[in-house]
Amino acid sequence: MASTPKIIVIGGGLAGLSAVMKIAEAGGKVDLFSIVPVKRSHSVCAQGGINAAKNLKGEGDTTWQHFDDTVYGGDFLGNQTPIKGMCEAAPAIIDLLDRMGVPFNRTPEGLLDFRRFGGTLYHRTAFAGATTGQQLLYALDEQVRRYESEGKVQKYEGWEFLSAVLDSKGVCRGICAMNLRTMEVRTFAADAIILATGGNGAIFGKSTNSVVCTGSAQAAVYQQGVCYANGEFIQVHPTCIPGEDKLRLMSESARGEGGRVWVPKAAGDKRAANSIPASERWYFLEEWYPKYGNLVPRDVATRAIHKVVYEHGLGIDGQPMVYLDLTHIDRATLDRKLEGILEIYEKFVGDDPREVPMKIFPGMHYTMGGLWVDADQMTNIPGIFAAGEAEYQYHGANRLGANSLLSCIYGGFVAGPKAMQYGKNLQAAEGDGGHTAELKRQEEINQRLLSSNGAENPFKIWRELGDVMTKNATVIRYNKNLQAADGQIQRLLERYRNINLSDKSMWANTSFAFTRQLLNMLHLARVIVQGAERRDESRGAHYKPDFPDRNDEKFLKTTKAFFATDTNGPRFEYEAVDTQFIPPRPRRYDAVK
Amino acid sequence: MAERTIKVEIKRQHDPDGTAVVERFEIPYRPNMNVISVLMEIAARPVTVDGKETTPVTYESNCLEEICGSCSMRINGRARMACSALVDNLEQPLRLEPLSKFPVVRDLQVDRSVLFENLKRVQAWVPIDGSYDLGAGPRITPQAQEESYPLSNCISCCCCMEVCPQFNVATGFVGAATIAQVKLFNDHPTGKVLKEERLHALMGDGGIQDCSYAQNCVKACPKELPLAQAISDVGRQVMVQAVKDIFTT
Ligand SMILES: Cc1cc2nc3c(=O)[nH]c(=O)nc-3n(C[C@H](O)[C@H](O)[C@H](O)COP(=O)(O)OP(=O)(O)OC[C@H]3O[C@@H](n4cnc5c(N)ncnc54)[C@H](O)[C@@H]3O)c2cc1C
Ligand code: SF4
Ligand code: SF4
Ligand code: FES
Repeated sequence: MASTPKIIVIGGGLAGLSAVMKIAEAGGKVDLFSIVPVKRSHSVCAQGGINAAKNLKGEGDTTWQHFDDTVYGGDFLGNQTPIKGMCEAAPAIIDLLDRMGVPFNRTPEGLLDFRRFGGTLYHRTAFAGATTGQQLLYALDEQVRRYESEGKVQKYEGWEFLSAVLDSKGVCRGICAMNLRTMEVRTFAADAIILATGGNGAIFGKSTNSVVCTGSAQAAVYQQGVCYANGEFIQVHPTCIPGEDKLRLMSESARGEGGRVWVPKAAGDKRAANSIPASERWYFLEEWYPKYGNLVPRDVATRAIHKVVYEHGLGIDGQPMVYLDLTHIDRATLDRKLEGILEIYEKFVGDDPREVPMKIFPGMHYTMGGLWVDADQMTNIPGIFAAGEAEYQYHGANRLGANSLLSCIYGGFVAGPKAMQYGKNLQAAEGDGGHTAELKRQEEINQRLLSSNGAENPFKIWRELGDVMTKNATVIRYNKNLQAADGQIQRLLERYRNINLSDKSMWANTSFAFTRQLLNMLHLARVIVQGAERRDESRGAHYKPDFPDRNDEKFLKTTKAFFATDTNGPRFEYEAVDTQFIPPRPRRYDAVK
Repeated sequence: MAERTIKVEIKRQHDPDGTAVVERFEIPYRPNMNVISVLMEIAARPVTVDGKETTPVTYESNCLEEICGSCSMRINGRARMACSALVDNLEQPLRLEPLSKFPVVRDLQVDRSVLFENLKRVQAWVPIDGSYDLGAGPRITPQAQEESYPLSNCISCCCCMEVCPQFNVATGFVGAATIAQVKLFNDHPTGKVLKEERLHALMGDGGIQDCSYAQNCVKACPKELPLAQAISDVGRQVMVQAVKDIFTT
């Protein structure tokens, strides 16, 4: 219908900006919504790098090899066709980023430098110091700002997406959003929308994610009928710095550059790390996985650390922590390659990791699951697309380091043009396309919240949710505990009805916005724990001691959760995985694959 | 012995036109807290030291690792990032105030959109031909990368502008952050095609000649950008351009 379709992109991280760029370039009209100014999106946190098989180190790396590593690393749960497309597109994406001015590290000849990352034997990761995500996001932000100044992009920063507007046939016709200063709720018309709203770390309380990574937007459309896939697959990063407000990541690049993980051989050894001789240190990853050593994939490293701490009782000084040691590498190299991440440690802990081994422990890091999408990045609701960490499609049961930035950009590059194409063929809506009804529904939710006079503090409920999730749904999972966790979440949902909004003003009310997000987090949390409970096997990041093996016969399947309005909770379906290129084989990092 | 606590005084203002008041809080001490975790603690129990119920404090934050640039505020009188301000290193009572050179939205949240407007004004981007596959980018020596990378680390926090004697609504001076971005893009092999436009954007009112080289900005920048160098380089570029302009017009 519309010759120039109107697209709304929600989220200005790498995925959202990539989509916006493609739409603006193709002459489409695009509105970009984001809670935070897009330049402050969570993507800036990525440190390590972005993968592409450019084969600039004479190792014979190929896009097929990258594809194979990604599928294998994801324990064969990822649909292979889209993953293959991503790996094939990666080298050209790196070139584009390079042309846009990303200050990638260079070789003496002036070419892009590449480093090794977990889950591969090749130097495949391009990086810009230790702030690759920041540099990539800025490059895209700059291009989008250019389009904005040309009038091709309209930004709505400081607006929160509340829900999709659906017409009587269940087709998406726009969005409902709230201005976070005036608290005004409005609907905006669009021929297609793209959700690029990132991960859901906040459901676990403390994580490596940014504050706005609540998964609230995904949970909102899930409650409107969009399928949420593989929710139980959550990546716990092996090396985080425990903190009061969040878990700060120590990037895998620390291990990529030669960092070694160890604990003192003697339990409760009180000596300072540096005074423990090599013979009295246990480099357990190197011992258990001689081929990959410290660079085993994240789930393997995480469980190994867990085991050393909780089964062998060898955590540093009895605490749940192990050493990540860089002190054998010279200062100049460390500063050149890892300065950014070492500064984080120095700044937030107070010790210099060039001198003293760092203390680290695993923490919630990445959301493999997400909105179910097809090959065009469209969800099961026509007109709702998704890209980036918010969708599920590129990482299977476990994401390899430096593959996420790639999947965000690639997903955005697919979603943008596909949304345009969809918009061009869209028939006009009947009536007002559902705008009045959706606005009313959202305003009523706000009214209910504002008039509630309960006793429950939303931030306390959130903390409890985080504790329940971290305890029961991260590294090691037992059905009994998952069931109990679901019960606890349901009780939190009940308590939510008795919420106390200590701030009822209608101006820049951040706790009001948070309280709305909290309800969505609770609903998504149930998808995670119930999905985990149902999957009686161990695959990738999902590990059940009672079912220690992968079970392809029963579970080589995508978990699909739908919101059931009758039970107010998830209903599950399973879908076969596309394995047409690489037949599943056992995933083992203690031997050649 | 009484429990160890953290004493906090927060300057609060309900909306842009409201009057500012100071509220005092006292919260339980835990080691290794930063200012953000103090504000989170207050949100979970918004009660002042006199037992008065109040509202959670409005402030901006996102990454909590000093990379998104959201959380700048004045802490004990100094413009800095709240997420990297460790309570153990600060004198108490902690005094939290919004940045003073930007319009207050509410409490500790201010409107810093002026910086993003400035970045548009100086065309702070590399004008690529298109996003389709046009092959590899220009070769760049490691030395050149090492020079541009620090400039590309600017998190748009606006601390440099807060402390700059020249930066206020009246002068319209763009501030150090924007000047640093001009240097970054003028130095880029492709970006430099817009060099003239960028330098012209810096001439006239609010341009670089307003900088008094006081270098407050250098001290305030949490990402340690080489701002002094950038300001003097770009200053020179502007002068050269001005001379060129005389001979070409
Ligand atoms: C510490 C850390 C380090 C990492 N390092 C790497 C790495 O080295 N390599 C790698 O490949 N990956 C890495 N990752 C993962 C990677 O950074 C993320 O997966 C990726 O940046 C996600 O990008 P995104 O575009 O999907 O979403 P985000 O960057 O999270 O952006 C989400 C956007 O959505 C907006 N938004 C959210 N909800 C709403 C709403 N309701 N309404 C309006 N707007 C909304 C936000 O404002 C934001 O603009 C790392 C992750 C972390 C946490
Ligand atoms: S040198 Fe001084 S006047 Fe110039 S930008 Fe920095 S603070 Fe402002
Ligand atoms: S130059 Fe430094 S102080 Fe100024 S905005 Fe950038 S990071 Fe902040
Ligand atoms: S919260 Fe991102 S810089 Fe402080």
